Amino acid sequence: MRELRVTPIKNGTVIDHIPAGLALKVLKILGIGDAVTSTVTVAMHVPSQAMGWKDIVKVEDRELGGRELDKIALIAPAATVNVIRNYNVAEKRPLALPDRAVGILRCANPNCISNVREPIESSFVVRSKSPLRVVCKYCDRELEDIVSHIL
Amino acid sequence: MSSFRGRDVLSIRDFTPADIQLVLRTARKMVPIAVGEKRSRSLEGKILSTLFYEPSTRTRLSFESAMARLGGRALGFSSAEGTSVQKGETLADTIRMVEAYSDAIVLRHPHEGAARLAAEFTEKPVINAGDGAGQHPTQTLLDLYTIWDEKGSFEGQNVTLVGDLKYGRTVHSLAYALAELGAHLTFVSPPTLEMPTEILEQVKEKGLSFRAAHRLEEVIRDADVLYVTRIQKERFPDPQEYEKVAGSYRVDMEVLRDAKRGLIIMHPLPRVTEIAPEVDRTKHAVYFKQAFNAVPVRMALLDLILGEGA
Repeated sequence: MRELRVTPIKNGTVIDHIPAGLALKVLKILGIGDAVTSTVTVAMHVPSQAMGWKDIVKVEDRELGGRELDKIALIAPAATVNVIRNYNVAEKRPLALPDRAVGILRCANPNCISNVREPIESSFVVRSKSPLRVVCKYCDRELEDIVSHIL
Repeated sequence: MSSFRGRDVLSIRDFTPADIQLVLRTARKMVPIAVGEKRSRSLEGKILSTLFYEPSTRTRLSFESAMARLGGRALGFSSAEGTSVQKGETLADTIRMVEAYSDAIVLRHPHEGAARLAAEFTEKPVINAGDGAGQHPTQTLLDLYTIWDEKGSFEGQNVTLVGDLKYGRTVHSLAYALAELGAHLTFVSPPTLEMPTEILEQVKEKGLSFRAAHRLEEVIRDADVLYVTRIQKERFPDPQEYEKVAGSYRVDMEVLRDAKRGLIIMHPLPRVTEIAPEVDRTKHAVYFKQAFNAVPVRMALLDLILGEGA
């Protein structure tokens, strides 16, 4: 009998086809740390026909919203996000990289006005989607290490 | 009515070549007023706020002079000391307050992107007078005016930028604008202070080729315009290394031996040792004229943005 590595969930979200090695970044984006009340299942380095290797994250009793999806799209634009209700895929939420990344990245330039106490959200213009290149709307600098600047 | 009425001036990138040409032509018409030969009341009753969060005598005074020459008034501060900024007021709040006192706002601020933020919090036009190491579009416009006024055009001119091309903000905007206007560019700098790849990419995108060199002597004979910038001591951990590098980019009569007769030498000022005083007496030196050009160019911008005839 085939042993299931990851069991189905009743309600929640399954993020599949995450590039291998990025599952922990996805957890960081979702703010999954100590204060989590539901079950989170992470499968890393799973064989995949399409990708060779992939990661999977399953979060029970939580459906992901707009900004969380935008953040995931930044690091894993080809991932699939399925909302599960009563063991069935109730909704497939497409990941689309927005033209502007608002409030989801921090500018790496310490001298940028967006890093000062001002009533604004960070804002980046997506200059290219593949490879991903973003430029700060305020200081005009390109963000080099995008993943580590996710808010 | 021009497209300039009420417009923000945040970055030279917001200007099309046609916009730049309009500013330059308008600036030329302003010269007799800027030198006091003619009078103008075209901005009578208008108020300009000059908010300088860090000192910049030249930029602030030329804006205030430009406004006064056109019959308008300027008010503001020349450092953050003694203002509500020191009490912890955000830039956004200061801008919302100043909006009520004036028709346009000139802003110099130590943080990059400050002018763009300011423009988001007011309906009044915001003119960026330098934001940290970011943009300084009115400096670029007065540099462009100087080249155009002296040379008559941009296309085909060999413009050589020399000095600190990595950190010098004026040269980045200038290189971008000159590429847009069809000038040939040559970059001369020490290996550690080369033009950033991003700027080089943008020049290439305009379909223009450029030259890069480490020695001024290699390229001086081809130059029509030599734009000299200061190499700052603090960029070098070793003072001796600085002396060596700075000395090798000094423009003096010896370096100019092979230069074209019509070569013009520009510098955003203040200079330290990068141009020898003996050069001041030659026909090549236009840097003091360049400094004067700040007034007609800023008058042109203010008139286009605020004037009734605009």
